[in-house]
Amino acid sequence: MKYIDEYRDKDIVLMLAKEIKKASTKPIRLMEVCGGHTMSIQKYGIPYLLPETVELISGPGCPVCVTSRSYIDRAVAYSRLEDVIITTYGDLIRVPGSTSSLDKEKAKGADIRIVYSILDALMIAKENRHKKIVFLGIGFETTAPSSAAGIIKAQMAGISNFYVYSAHKVMPPAMETLIDEGVLIDGYIGPGHVSTITGEGIYMNIPEKFGLGVVISGFEPVDLMQSILMLVRQFENADPKVEIEYTRAVKPEGNIKAQEMLDEVFEYRDDWWRGLGVLKNSGLKIREKYAMYDAEEQIEVEVEELKEPKGCICGDILRGVNKPKDCKLFGNVCTPSNPVGSCMVSSEGSCAAYYLYNR
Amino acid sequence: MKNQPDTILLGHGSGGKLSHDLITELFARHFDNDILRQQSDSAIIENPGSQMAFTTDSFVVDPIFFPGGDIGKLAIAGTVNDLAVSGAIPKYLSVGFIIEEGFAYKDLERIVITMAKEIKKAGVKIVTGDTKVVDRGKCDKVFINSSGIGILDKKNVHISSGSHIKAGDKIIINGSIGDHGMAVMAARNDLNISADILSDCACLHDLIQSALEASDQIRFMRDATRGGLGTVIAELAKGKDFGIHLHEDQLIISEGVRGMCELLGFDPIYVANEGKVVMLVAAEDAQSVLAALKKHKSGTNSTIIGEITNDHPGKAWIETQVGGKRIIEMLSGQQLPRIC
Repeated sequence: MKYIDEYRDKDIVLMLAKEIKKASTKPIRLMEVCGGHTMSIQKYGIPYLLPETVELISGPGCPVCVTSRSYIDRAVAYSRLEDVIITTYGDLIRVPGSTSSLDKEKAKGADIRIVYSILDALMIAKENRHKKIVFLGIGFETTAPSSAAGIIKAQMAGISNFYVYSAHKVMPPAMETLIDEGVLIDGYIGPGHVSTITGEGIYMNIPEKFGLGVVISGFEPVDLMQSILMLVRQFENADPKVEIEYTRAVKPEGNIKAQEMLDEVFEYRDDWWRGLGVLKNSGLKIREKYAMYDAEEQIEVEVEELKEPKGCICGDILRGVNKPKDCKLFGNVCTPSNPVGSCMVSSEGSCAAYYLYNR
Repeated sequence: MKNQPDTILLGHGSGGKLSHDLITELFARHFDNDILRQQSDSAIIENPGSQMAFTTDSFVVDPIFFPGGDIGKLAIAGTVNDLAVSGAIPKYLSVGFIIEEGFAYKDLERIVITMAKEIKKAGVKIVTGDTKVVDRGKCDKVFINSSGIGILDKKNVHISSGSHIKAGDKIIINGSIGDHGMAVMAARNDLNISADILSDCACLHDLIQSALEASDQIRFMRDATRGGLGTVIAELAKGKDFGIHLHEDQLIISEGVRGMCELLGFDPIYVANEGKVVMLVAAEDAQSVLAALKKHKSGTNSTIIGEITNDHPGKAWIETQVGGKRIIEMLSGQQLPRIC
């Protein structure tokens, strides 16, 4: 496959492995913020190619994983309403809530449909005028613009039975909080897809205020190895900065149009992250101007009392304090077919990635 | 049929006149053979005087027609292959249809004709069958169950359990992976993807037969259907005193399948096949088996993709295409629903 095979070239990867080994003299802990990176690192067996000095830890960049159980509980409550059709990306459907999950509700007869794009959800709204279509808006700066576009499109097309239930979040507050909290990190493998939208500017605080390097990386093995090499070099030379490895997709200024759309529809709010708690200005709420598309504003439901599972250390894993294997539930009680915590559900979750590729 | 109906009615499953017409003019006509012709409550078959292999499978694929096959072809090939990979020679099949009221007769006929073609190729007889019709909305178009009986030579009895597997054995697969799963996904309208992917759905009995003729040291066979190659390999290693080592760069994955997997976030080693057999062969016979497989239409791209090892017992490892290493686990949860 053109434009992909070049980035999966064994000779280049092995050459980069050699360079990393040569460049790395001091132990370094790098956090891959993004769940897509975690998956790719495990899938290609990258840790096996790195010298002992380089340790990779997974971060909080899996949207499903950091989403609160109460979000799922509310989505479950919506799904139980007679006149509601839930539309969602597939990842979310198996995430356990306090006592139920969307797939359990689906089996009981709730109308829950997996879509691949918010436009599919709009289509369903058009075809089911007498129903309320709730789209579960989840994800970071990557998917939030498409939710914004969906809302704008609904307005233009005069679709009034379409609602977004936003769990959208933004990345930088979480990255800064981790350092603030004292998690041992020497550099960030910066999220690739988020940065295509935001550009590099949002990370400037990290080298300036915290003295840590950020390299925005692509998702192929050559990208990841190259980014690790760049971070090792920054670290060895005590020269932390924001660099873009993923230049074929990320422009320094990002995608201005998507940023404008985001800003048009959403405003910041304090939001709760699994493992990190409430982070200031880390969530995206639909602006009042578009409140008629905001499920939280428009659809009233009674939500069950929140129950957190015992023994699950998803929170610590998301902070990079523990690895999946440190969890007592990992692999025996908690498996992808019977997940206890969200990190085991999402294909981008650390626990799922470790379970599948690195047990 | 004389007064061929447009659609299947509830009455076609009633056991009365309509059922009778459907059986005689569609099923019995296309599946005709000496045993079926008796039309008795049970098929009476000869005792082969040897051990037998017996298998069953149900097919609910959506859509029922897809590039490279249809639900009927799957129902025959799936059962024939389950018998063949056990080392048995497939002989007799049963087929049961559950049909949704209102299903187009022409579509049913098309499926029956494909099935007739496949059984002819596979040299098997459909000796018994059943038809039920359920209310509209109670099943999706048509579901098919097929069971099969095959004759098993004593010397092949060990194959299905893999009890003769030894370190050093080579692992062979008869071509590219992931084609069936991605062909079916591409055929689903809701994805709006157009891709040139054909399902690999095929009966493998003759391919397997020639491998068995080329070597008496075939240690294990399994068709890599749901859960794909990865699940077969992980299952095989689990709880055993040997380990498995695969080479990702030896796997053949078509451009179309790779593209779709990229797009949908699937790992091709977990995507379903319907015409692929994973074969373990003693190292010294691997080349002759490979040569025998390559002579067949469904084996031209056969490759050695790994070996059995004494290292890491109970686990399957794959050397990734970039030289890294990772473990192969069984597919958990449902990657693709209703793929067969």
